[in-house]
Amino acid sequence: MAAKSLSSAKARRRKRLALALGALLALGGATALVLTAFQESLVFFYSPSELAAKPPAPDRRVRIGGLVEPGSLEKNGQDVRFRITDLTQSIAVTYRGLLPDLFREGQGVVAQGTLAGDGGFRANEVLAKHDETYMPPEVAEALKKSGRWKEGEAPPTHPFAPESAP
Amino acid sequence: MQFLANPARFLRIANALLPWLSLITLGLFAAGLYYAFFASPPDYQQGDSVRIMYIHVPAAWMALMTYAALAVFALLLLVWKHPLAEVLAKSAAPIGAGFTLIALATGSLWGKPTWGTWWAWGDARLTSVLVLFFFYLGHMALTHAFDDATRGARAAAVLALVGVVNLPVVKFSVDWWSTLHQPASISRIGGSAIDPSMLTPLLLMAGAFLGYFLCLLILRARAELARRKLRSLQLLAAERD
Repeated sequence: MAAKSLSSAKARRRKRLALALGALLALGGATALVLTAFQESLVFFYSPSELAAKPPAPDRRVRIGGLVEPGSLEKNGQDVRFRITDLTQSIAVTYRGLLPDLFREGQGVVAQGTLAGDGGFRANEVLAKHDETYMPPEVAEALKKSGRWKEGEAPPTHPFAPESAP
Repeated sequence: MQFLANPARFLRIANALLPWLSLITLGLFAAGLYYAFFASPPDYQQGDSVRIMYIHVPAAWMALMTYAALAVFALLLLVWKHPLAEVLAKSAAPIGAGFTLIALATGSLWGKPTWGTWWAWGDARLTSVLVLFFFYLGHMALTHAFDDATRGARAAAVLALVGVVNLPVVKFSVDWWSTLHQPASISRIGGSAIDPSMLTPLLLMAGAFLGYFLCLLILRARAELARRKLRSLQLLAAERD
């Protein structure tokens, strides 16, 4: 009798486990489907190439992201012009206002605004995006000096790989 | 697992561990904070604001880890009816909510000087961490929503399991979608993108946060067990009168 109730408790436990894991699997699948379906609206910004391939309505506010094209920055008081590039396509951006401290040529940037009639982009907000690389100024200096990293470029992808140690 | 089902046994082990754990945690915090503030260089781009990372990243890691632990407790509670899981889940949820809040607040403080904004609606990482915070709050609310503690614990456990789908979304949001938040620096193809001089304080602080979590969990579980004992004693006394 005792053995029987023990094994039925075990069976119930197994049933509960199967139920919990099954429900979790179904929920995970449903979430994956929803996220895939909403893929487009989940991105924070579009690249210049995506914008060129699928231009939004002229008055719709969108965000574009990419690198500030080296040599394209012109400042005239608060009026700023620069180009955002994804190294395939680039787009001219005009903006009036303060730029974040990390804004510089060759760095990642996200601009929010609308497409202007002339194919340029009129931004009303510019945010700096920084990458996942962290290093002391001396290391950055050394990398640039050794020619492994050129001014205005994104930092080398594997700056701390063993073979690159100074 | 059944070995820890006896609260007295759990308490004996926890009480023996606690002084050592708190000593290690204090040591890690002292070393970590020293490295974070004095013995590590500023970043070549961000300057001294990079030091926010030494609080922000460990807090965010612990927010995810605590939720994973909460989900394990939930499974133990629902499937194996482990008596201690109920106590541990109730004890862990507010700690996890605290870590998530710290990650959100320090992220906001870090975002202003680097990105130029406190918060960005529509960023998948920021939004999914906010959702994680709401799951913690929901868990705490459900735990206390019933007169019968066990029913509350069970409802909260179901919610904890539902929220598990959010964990991979938080972790991989920066890889799946374009985000303002930068991608992972350590667990990435090609190895860590953090200079060793900055990785030291980060890992020390991560260890300190983990130790802090374990100490708090033991303290809170101990208090919860004492509360339950007190309650059953009160019921017993009331029956006698």
